[in-house]
Amino acid sequence: MHIGIDVGGTNTDAVLMDGRQTLAGVKNATTPDVTSGIVQAIEGLRTGHSFDGSDISAVMIGTTHFINALVQAKRLAPTAALRLGLPATKALPPLVDWPETLTTAISARSYLAHGGYEFDGRPISPLDADELRGIAADMAANGVRSVAISSVFSPVNHDLETTAAGIVAEILGPDVAISLSHEIGRIGLLERENATIINAALRELASEIVDGLTSAVRAQGITAPIFLSQNDGTLMDEDYVRLYPVATFASGPTNSMRGAALTSGLETCAVVDIGGTTADIGLLVNGFPRETANEVKVAGVRTNFRMPDVLSIGIGGGSVVDLDTGEVGPESVGYRLTTEALVFGGSTLTATDIAVAAGRADVGDPTRVAHLDPVFVTRVLDRIAERVAEAVDRMRTSPEPIPVVAVGGGSILLPDELPLFGAVHRPENYAVANAIGASIAQVGGEIDKVYAVRPGGRDETVAGVRAEAVDKAIAAGATPGSVSIVDFDEVPIPYLPGNATRIRVKAVGDLDMAVSS
Amino acid sequence: MSWTLTAADLPDLARGATLLGTGGGGDPYIGTKLVERVLGDGAITILDPDELPDDLFVIPTAQMGAPTVMIEKIPAGTEPTLALRTLEKHIGRRADATMPIECGGINSMIPLIVAAETGLPVVDADGMGRAFPELSMETFAVYGVHGSPLALSGERGETVVIDTGDDDRQMEWLARGVTIRLGGVSHIAEYAMTGADVKRTAVPRTLSMALALGRAIRRARDAHTSPVQAIVDTLAPTLYSEVRELFVGKVSDVERRTTEGFAKGSAVIASLDPGDDDHLDIAFQNENLVARRGGEVVAIVPDLICVVDMETCEPVTTEGLRYGQRVRVLGISTPEMMRTPAALAAFGPRAFGLDEPFIPVEARQYA
Repeated sequence: MHIGIDVGGTNTDAVLMDGRQTLAGVKNATTPDVTSGIVQAIEGLRTGHSFDGSDISAVMIGTTHFINALVQAKRLAPTAALRLGLPATKALPPLVDWPETLTTAISARSYLAHGGYEFDGRPISPLDADELRGIAADMAANGVRSVAISSVFSPVNHDLETTAAGIVAEILGPDVAISLSHEIGRIGLLERENATIINAALRELASEIVDGLTSAVRAQGITAPIFLSQNDGTLMDEDYVRLYPVATFASGPTNSMRGAALTSGLETCAVVDIGGTTADIGLLVNGFPRETANEVKVAGVRTNFRMPDVLSIGIGGGSVVDLDTGEVGPESVGYRLTTEALVFGGSTLTATDIAVAAGRADVGDPTRVAHLDPVFVTRVLDRIAERVAEAVDRMRTSPEPIPVVAVGGGSILLPDELPLFGAVHRPENYAVANAIGASIAQVGGEIDKVYAVRPGGRDETVAGVRAEAVDKAIAAGATPGSVSIVDFDEVPIPYLPGNATRIRVKAVGDLDMAVSS
Repeated sequence: MSWTLTAADLPDLARGATLLGTGGGGDPYIGTKLVERVLGDGAITILDPDELPDDLFVIPTAQMGAPTVMIEKIPAGTEPTLALRTLEKHIGRRADATMPIECGGINSMIPLIVAAETGLPVVDADGMGRAFPELSMETFAVYGVHGSPLALSGERGETVVIDTGDDDRQMEWLARGVTIRLGGVSHIAEYAMTGADVKRTAVPRTLSMALALGRAIRRARDAHTSPVQAIVDTLAPTLYSEVRELFVGKVSDVERRTTEGFAKGSAVIASLDPGDDDHLDIAFQNENLVARRGGEVVAIVPDLICVVDMETCEPVTTEGLRYGQRVRVLGISTPEMMRTPAALAAFGPRAFGLDEPFIPVEARQYA
């Protein structure tokens, strides 16, 4: 048996699975301290289907904590971006094109320094240690707690990033986290740098959350390995999350879409996942999320991750409803839904209150929303349906009809018929689809190395690297027949002899439960 | 007619220019941001080539180098205008306008940076009618205007003037060498000419065509009509009237190497049906050069071979090609002035070391 848990901004869903069969599923409000939410979830599962800690072979956790922190611009560390590349790159300094709310939220500071490499490995300009010390002192004086360092062509040679990190760390001390761009992203300076800055802004929150998750699981007598879902649906261990929280970013949408596929039986559909804070709309094509073509904007910031193409709008069960205009979100009470919503005795009008008033949901105390004007309630719900339909319409790419599958606890906000699209499919266990998606998460094997490709030997080298990645995925616990290559990237390094090429391959397969236990 | 371009036009222009870049021409996002930074709320005057006074003095501006370098080593920002000013000083005459030397990719943007910075207007025309990898591959040169003298600048404020007389290939060779020494990207001013020369040697109205294409694709997407049809309809009344869908499939392999300052390589587009061996091979040198299906050529330079997202028709550059992407490959005819024997000698298949003869994309038969 294994456990899948999805910690959303509002609700924590959990499922107890035996293979692909759901033995028990529970939904609880996400708690502010992370830990008690996990405890509640696991205890809820025990109530549904009794088990011992030792029966569990793996715990898979998907969390939207990090993306929600970014979207809401909350709980982010004061962060500095340091780029090595002067005199080049001055035309577009770090944080160019970032939304102001976000730069304000991370008290962003942007620094340009000398350094960086040309494409052939020559330095653009030498690293200036005094310049870097001056910048670090300025960061310290301005209360910076996390630093993102990027350097021109660091995927080809990352020595300067590492050296600069050492110099900056001497001034800032061990309590300031440093994220290096070559560990986060690929070729494409602005996108890699942006992802690194986001990662840096999330580092403090990452430690806090991982500590909470692990202690909660261990307290339940479960000693099995704990995994977190990454953007591509594969799993990573807890230590990895502390360093690279940004890798969890799109795991929510990936998990919900994969969960929706499993539970609805539909292979090609639009998936609307309404949680507490956002409605995420994605397209499932032949069972896999459609990925973005080139750029991925996260909270308005351009990155080059491979992520499912998801449109997020600020509508969820915890969204605050404006009494005057009837508009919903993007502000959300999040996990405080069960104390702040009117039906739970609070004083904030939320989308959930509207759903209860309309009789679509049966939670809390309906008498506390009886005073709401039915005309107002209908208007708010119509507006939600209209905005969701608009978003689905924006995501689809042909006028052909496409089935819409609604999952997530907040999907009670949707009517049974959506404008433009007709009937809304609600699969069994729709409310815990994310947790089911997390529980079927896969494991990957990644190879990222520099190879000397001999003339005419490229095919052979590539085939060898691919086989190596597949073997690594199997070694990580993947069922051999289920492994396929999901990512392949090749960067030539002209300055090294022997046609040196950096090859990055990722192979992914289903976690073999028999092996992992 | 002359018209005005503002920052609001840039995303559409970038999309259209990327399509015309046929896989090359550099990152349109970075180009857009570079123009936005200097243009702000301002406007740029775009001149119709037919209306130019014969004695107007035009100095085209551009960037040269490998696109894979551009997405890492962003410019300092001072380079393009420095190249223009250096050439003005060398020639001893101030420019009345600037102009693109190619209408694909970032080189549709560089003259706009210069215009926003200096207040000069930009001529709605170019010398490639698409993107090409070499400075000598210009209709300007084919029809008698030569590139020299050329001024070149780097991010450290370096300038170099190259004068090879009528030998544009030698100019390209020397400028490429300097560009590699500068780290793979440089900014240039070259092919200085008069208004009369523009009318005789330039491919007209390609800037406005790029803008119209980008706009049509976006509007089709918003209206859920076919973006491919939008491209066909937009090009029908232009000099680029024939559009053919060459293949629909997914990227199954991409090989790249950066040699002699160029991004060279190949891509394989496989059928979406896993049981089907049918596939399209594309060879590129910065730009897509030739597309072969089952070993047989279906489109070849100078006709345009454009890879676009299967559904949205967003153009995909060669550096943006990723394993697993679902794409369409379109073949687009080039204007007659780019298909004459003299033009084909400058930028036809043989100029790229390809043995196959040029056959217009619209003349091929498809099963």
